Amino acid sequence: MAEQTKKSFLEKAAESQVWKSIFRGGGVPRNRRQRMMSVLNSVFLHLHPVRLPKHAVKLKFTWCMGGLSFFIFLILTISGILLMFYYRPTIEYAYTDIIDLAEQVPFGIMRELHRWGAHAMVITVWLHMFRVFMTGSYKPPREFNWTVGVILLLLTLMLSFTGYLLPWDQLAIWAITVGSNMARAAPFLGHEGPGASLLAIGDINFITMASDARFALIGGRFMGEAALLRFYVLHCIGLPFIIMIFMSIHFWRVRKDGGISTPV
Amino acid sequence: MLEGKKTATKPPVRKAPAALGETVKDNEVSRRSFFSWLSLGWIGFVASTGGFFTMMLRFFFPNVLFEPVQTFRAGYPDDYIIGEVDTKWKDKYGVWIIRNREGIYALSTVCTHLGCTPNWLASARKFKCPCHGSGFKSTGINFEGPAPRPLERYRIVLADDGEIIVDKTQKYQQEKGQWSDPEAFLRV
Repeated sequence: MAEQTKKSFLEKAAESQVWKSIFRGGGVPRNRRQRMMSVLNSVFLHLHPVRLPKHAVKLKFTWCMGGLSFFIFLILTISGILLMFYYRPTIEYAYTDIIDLAEQVPFGIMRELHRWGAHAMVITVWLHMFRVFMTGSYKPPREFNWTVGVILLLLTLMLSFTGYLLPWDQLAIWAITVGSNMARAAPFLGHEGPGASLLAIGDINFITMASDARFALIGGRFMGEAALLRFYVLHCIGLPFIIMIFMSIHFWRVRKDGGISTPV
Repeated sequence: MLEGKKTATKPPVRKAPAALGETVKDNEVSRRSFFSWLSLGWIGFVASTGGFFTMMLRFFFPNVLFEPVQTFRAGYPDDYIIGEVDTKWKDKYGVWIIRNREGIYALSTVCTHLGCTPNWLASARKFKCPCHGSGFKSTGINFEGPAPRPLERYRIVLADDGEIIVDKTQKYQQEKGQWSDPEAFLRV
């Protein structure tokens, strides 16, 4: 008994069944291998590399732009979910709800945080791409991850584009009117684009104003309620879901391709 | 544990795998046919799920649109003054109705540059787009700014009771020579 009382509380806790069922590997890690195993066996710890090369934390080399992009993404996710508690995606309420969020709801800065964060994320993602290009980090074996990164850039821009409509002010409506008109001219898929008239049987056109890419994007022939709802769903659920899948692949590949690339 | 096992039993007798030498009985599934069925199953699975998601694309094209009506009655020809641009239908239907000495035509309020809505400047007698500065004459012909072609005209006809009907589902483009169509211009 006397011997056991000498053990600290933490040591006793580490021997309990509860502790052992949560943290595999048995007790406090005492050597290098045990430390590595305890990192690999924890879902939270394993997100971070077991070991970091010294150069990987050099700000001069990485600019920390990838990490900043992810950090801003987290801020946008949290502030975005908070905004969803007040914002209603209908023509009647959308604009006034944004005003309400900015002026009446406590912490009105949440809306500003989301908007400025969105601008910042587009900038950091571009700078991250620029850094990766300048340091040659797209070269083998990282070609695949560069491609995933380009997809992430496009998804970031699409998130930015869909979010831009949601305040439903004049700037947003006309920006999206102009933006979605580009889909009108898409080859084969837009009703005014090249090749669209080829997709027809006799007099029946398959690509019309009510069946082309623009129609699928804004859910109608004109900018209206359907467009707002579609952009809202894409912005809050569709695109974040896709971007998270690609982000997982991106981060996993960074590790598997040998961690952050080494300066020459 | 491991040591105990070692001493307790002699090494187990290994059976030769069925594929080597032994013939397969009729009611048994051979390795080859197992893989055939397996790949057939996978092809079926991928085809049906792929087909399902392809069909799901149709989901994004609704059958009923809750959009404003595209055809409207615009009053009688006498309601419109010769030589003036009438802007009363601009907000509701996106149409300007203009009467000249020969007749009446309906102009679309969508700028042919990027789709904004120009304003009618009565003193300068031109449509001016606030987005990028495109200018159009009262006929709809573009004369300044980035707009690449004239404004579009809509189908305009008289109803049996003499009232004007504007049909926005039918449009006429000047650069395609469609303005000479009898229904693009209402002679009065």
